[in-house]
Amino acid sequence: MIIAEQKSLEELSKMIIGCKKVMVAGCNTCVAICFAGGEKEAGILASVLRIAAKKDGTGQEIIEQTVQRQCEWEFLDEFEDKIKDCDVVISLACGIGIQGLAERYPNKKIMPGVNTTFLGFPVETGVWEERCAACGECILGTTAGICPIARCAKGLLNGPCGGSQGGKCEISSDTPCAWQLIYDRLKEQGLLEVMEEIKAPKNWSKSSGPRKIIREDLTIGDSDKADKGKKES
Amino acid sequence: MRVECPPNVKVVEVPCTGRVDIIHILNALEKGADGVFVIGCLEGECHFLEGNLRAKKRVAYVKGILNSLGIEEERVDMYNLSAAMGQRFAEIVKDGTEKIKKLGPSPMKDGQKA
Repeated sequence: MIIAEQKSLEELSKMIIGCKKVMVAGCNTCVAICFAGGEKEAGILASVLRIAAKKDGTGQEIIEQTVQRQCEWEFLDEFEDKIKDCDVVISLACGIGIQGLAERYPNKKIMPGVNTTFLGFPVETGVWEERCAACGECILGTTAGICPIARCAKGLLNGPCGGSQGGKCEISSDTPCAWQLIYDRLKEQGLLEVMEEIKAPKNWSKSSGPRKIIREDLTIGDSDKADKGKKES
Repeated sequence: MRVECPPNVKVVEVPCTGRVDIIHILNALEKGADGVFVIGCLEGECHFLEGNLRAKKRVAYVKGILNSLGIEEERVDMYNLSAAMGQRFAEIVKDGTEKIKKLGPSPMKDGQKA
C-alpha cells in the first residue's frame, strides 16, 4: 500500500501560524496501516497541537475528523460541515487524498501533514519496505515475484551489476541485491533458464505521468461529483 | 499496609500498562496534569508478557514529543515494580511528586502563562 511518514512537529507548527481554527484531517486507509495518519494519529497530532497552543497562549482551536479515505468524492463530502470555519486543514492522507481534499474544497488552505514516500509492504510491525514502482508494465511473472524496478537501485532488467557483493547491493549493506533474490528464488523453483531470456530496454513512457485510465464499460457519466467543489466556490 | 501517599495523585487503574496509549498520556497533559507516571510490572514479569515493554516505548515517544514542544520530558515517566511492593509504590509516588513540584505547574494549566 501507499506508505507515508508524518512530517516533523516543527514543520507542521509552521503551517498553522496565525490560523485561528485548525482541522487535522485523518484518513483510515493506507496511512492508518502505516501509522502515519489514521484516526489514532490524527487524534495524537490534534492533542499535541492543542498542548502547544495552550503552552504558547495562541488561543488556537484544533479539531479533528477522520474519514474512511480521502481519495473518493463520497468520503470527502463528509468533511463539509466541520471544515466550514477552519482557516487551515492539515491533511494526513497520502498525496492523492490531500489533492482530493484540496480539489473538493478549493477555497480552503489544505496543508500536507505527511510525506508520501513509496508503495510498500509491512514486512514486520513497524518496518515497511518498498516493493512496487507503479511502472505500468509488470514483469513479476518473469522474476519470481520480485520486482527489479522497485528493489534494484539501478532498476536493471537483466541480472545484477558488478556492485552486487555477498548478496548485497553496493548502495548499502542493509539492502539485499534484488537480482540475487530473484536468482535464489528461481533456482529454488528450478526455473533458472527464465533468467537467460533477455529483456528489451524498458519503455519508460508507461511509467511517467500524468497517467490516466478510462474504463468505458464502467463510466456512468457522474463527473458532477468531481465538480462539486468548483460549484460551491 | 497503611503507607502514606501524597493526596494530589490521581490513580487510573488499567489491567496492564500495555493498555496505556500515547493519546491517554497526551490527554492528561492537555487537561492540565503536571505529570504522568506510568507504573507497570517489572520488566520480564509482565502478566501479559510484553505490555510493559510496549508502554516503555510509548512513554519514550511521548518524551520525544515533549522535547520538541519545549516541555520538560521528566513530567512523564515510567516506573516498574511488582504488585506486591506497596512500600515501593508509595516511594515512587512521593519521589515522583517531589520531582514534578520542582518543575513547577504545567504550562498547560488554564490561565497559566508559559
